[in-house]
Amino acid sequence: MADDLELRFERTVQAESRIEPRDWMPDGYRKTLIRQIAQHAHSEIIGMQPEGNWISRAPSLRRKAILLAKVQDEAGHGLYLYSATETLGADREDLTTKLIEGRQKYSSIFNYPTLTFADVGVIGWLVDGAAICNQVPLCRTSYGPYARAMIRICKEESFHQRQGYELLMTMMRGTQQQRDMVQDSVNRWWWPALMMFGPPDSESTNTEQSMAWRIKRDTNDELRQKFVNMSMPQAEALGVTFPDPELKWNEERGQYDFGSPDWDEFWQVVKGGGVCNEQRIAHRRKAHEDGSWVREAAVAHAQKHAQKEGAA
Amino acid sequence: MSTSWPLWEVFVRGKRGLNHVHVGSLHAPDAEMALRNARDVYTRRNEGVSIWVVPATAITASSPDEKDPFFAPSGDKVYRHPTFYAIPEDVPHL
Repeated sequence: MADDLELRFERTVQAESRIEPRDWMPDGYRKTLIRQIAQHAHSEIIGMQPEGNWISRAPSLRRKAILLAKVQDEAGHGLYLYSATETLGADREDLTTKLIEGRQKYSSIFNYPTLTFADVGVIGWLVDGAAICNQVPLCRTSYGPYARAMIRICKEESFHQRQGYELLMTMMRGTQQQRDMVQDSVNRWWWPALMMFGPPDSESTNTEQSMAWRIKRDTNDELRQKFVNMSMPQAEALGVTFPDPELKWNEERGQYDFGSPDWDEFWQVVKGGGVCNEQRIAHRRKAHEDGSWVREAAVAHAQKHAQKEGAA
Repeated sequence: MSTSWPLWEVFVRGKRGLNHVHVGSLHAPDAEMALRNARDVYTRRNEGVSIWVVPATAITASSPDEKDPFFAPSGDKVYRHPTFYAIPEDVPHL
């Protein structure tokens, strides 16, 4: 019987059909998905902080409205993804607890600080650009609810990337000081953006099984290369450079060659040693704890009304 | 007192003339808040003109394990499809 179920699962995945919540699935598949989707959801939620930092100081009402909408989208993306984990039997409160206790991770990119308003633009262009590269293939991931969440997210990420690029174009048409600010920001975010695709394929422990289960559709290095190829003409049009002396077009490969990110720094940030790791978690914990009275009051209100209706 | 909010399934009618379609779920303390949260989470870009929220516990679903027997009754009734009937090609409007 178990073999039958496994065979049906394998066939569904191989046929590029989707696995749905009530289908039988291997424990490892379920665990891998919960881990990956929760980590993704946590990233969206923590990702509200670096940009939220600039909402009150946006230089115009237009930029403020855009930034508010973008940060609200990040919250929405987190919720779509938490909702997908719950179809796998995960518990929302448990996931939040694991995040604020540091037992589940989020993308390391959000442990870097946003020092200037140009960072808002560069995050939209490069960080959301890298996220899109990662996420577009996930619209075809084998687990239905995850794929559907990714389709919604990708549609909205396109706004994020374009608003960032437009913001930078505006700054590049400004003063020399503004142009320098953009270049400085690009210099700080380029390598962390490349690290968003994860460690090199040779060191990525989860890739092989995830590819077989069609959770993951491309390897880390393939996606990183694609991102570099896409970003170069955008940088040229903008008038900025990337801080990599090895970055150049390779006629033979038909792709750009580029240097290797500092993987020691990557692992250091993953393990908690980034500039903002503590601040991000402390802030999330505080928001959760400060909001507890609201959650309790809402439950009390709902119970009171349910009783009234019951009595009537 | 437990502060966990129950789970609601959300269905959105994209525009007049279409059915409500399941779009996801969310947590809320009561139906009214579920509707408001659903608006903010699932219709930030005019994706809907009407929303239903249903307590997740109120949904009864068929089991995928019974897939074949459960749907078998319709499986062998090809005569329910219009293509089952051979009609001469020169007969119009059929």
